[in-house]
Amino acid sequence: MIAFWTLFLRDLKLAYRQGSTIPMTLAFFVIAVTLFPLGVGPELNILARIAPGVLWVAALLACLLTLDRLYQADYEDGTLEQLMQGPLPIEFMVLAKISAHWITSVVPLILITPIVAISLNLPTDGIWVMVLSLMIGSPVLSLIGSIGGALTVAMRRGGVLLSLLVLPLYIPVLIFGVAAVEASIGMLPVKSHLMLLGGLSLGALVVSPIASGAALRLAVE
Amino acid sequence: MAVDLHKFANPARFLRISDAIFPWVSGLAVILLAIGLYMALFVSPRDYQQGDTVRIMFVHVPAAWMSMSIYVMMAVASAVGLIWKHPVADLSAKASAPIGACFTFLALVTGALWGQPMWGTYWVWDARLTSMLILFFLYLGYMALWSSFDDQSKAAKAAAILVLVGVINIPIIKFSVDWWNTLHQPASVATMEGPKIHSSILTPLLIMGVAYLALFASVFIIRVKSEILSRRLRMLQINRLQE
Repeated sequence: MIAFWTLFLRDLKLAYRQGSTIPMTLAFFVIAVTLFPLGVGPELNILARIAPGVLWVAALLACLLTLDRLYQADYEDGTLEQLMQGPLPIEFMVLAKISAHWITSVVPLILITPIVAISLNLPTDGIWVMVLSLMIGSPVLSLIGSIGGALTVAMRRGGVLLSLLVLPLYIPVLIFGVAAVEASIGMLPVKSHLMLLGGLSLGALVVSPIASGAALRLAVE
Repeated sequence: MAVDLHKFANPARFLRISDAIFPWVSGLAVILLAIGLYMALFVSPRDYQQGDTVRIMFVHVPAAWMSMSIYVMMAVASAVGLIWKHPVADLSAKASAPIGACFTFLALVTGALWGQPMWGTYWVWDARLTSMLILFFLYLGYMALWSSFDDQSKAAKAAAILVLVGVINIPIIKFSVDWWNTLHQPASVATMEGPKIHSSILTPLLIMGVAYLALFASVFIIRVKSEILSRRLRMLQINRLQE
């Protein structure tokens, strides 16, 4: 357990001290969202209609940007191999890194979402459900993304392949996340959507450490 | 000089059996395709609403069946390869992927061509169409992963992990897409069900299904065989270089 926390805190510290990654991800998220009003047109009712989808898709893409470095930096300098020799089972090591990734790369996006959502004219009720759905659903992004990151860890330009592998698997969480927000705008009950998102997160929590662990073993052996 | 003989033990048996089966399967594929296409294009009745365009169904529906079953087959083969380290299982998963992608593509294209006269548009974001498209992307990702590894045994394992994660996700994707679609445009789905199937349509459909299966089996045998032979060739080349 100590090993788990040590690794988790180490990854947090690394992300904090590298500094530039978090602001850049945020900037990407904001710019990607900004492009939509420019592309679609500034009519407020259209923007309100597409806002949940745009926010979710932008969050997906912003998360994807950071995923290819999830294991790669450690793989390149040999830390990954050392970690796999260590006392911590590889599945827990994966879980520690995923948690750190979620906190450093995804949670900032969620925190900035309300502001961006207001600029897209999303109704106030929708904004809170938007944040809630991201909170519940976005662990899936880190968890499934970790499988892709682990599979492409040894490749020099794994980023493109990573998106091809991971994006189709993101579709359910996108659909249910957007459905929750749209239901809340339409004054429909949102509980079932959020529960489905929670179910997806829990399912990914089971599958991802095993699959990522197997993929990492493969890369290091 | 070390040729790993036990590695070839199973592939050799596979080659022997597949050589025996191949003429039968390929012959069956040709005959059934001929019969099935003849029945589909000339014998089966025109639909009273759709006219002759309904005949696209006989190419379209079995392709959709195959695209799904091949992915499941790849998952089973990959699991076998991962658990028992069976070399032919890895190869069969690899060999089936492009065939599966072709069938998926065929289903998508014929579906689009059928959609134009029937729905007035090549593409609707119908649940089935969308999940087919996603399946196509999964095939592409699988093949891309295979081709981006130099080491074949590593590629096999990585691809196996991917396809197993994918096969868990396919029901979830299917379900979520179904659900997503019925929320937005429930009307367009109903037309797809069509009238109840009469035996004059069902028989050519099933014949085409079996024909596709036989076609898959023959292409599959060719692909696995060439894969085994090319590996053997490379092994021999390496051995010669080492001498």
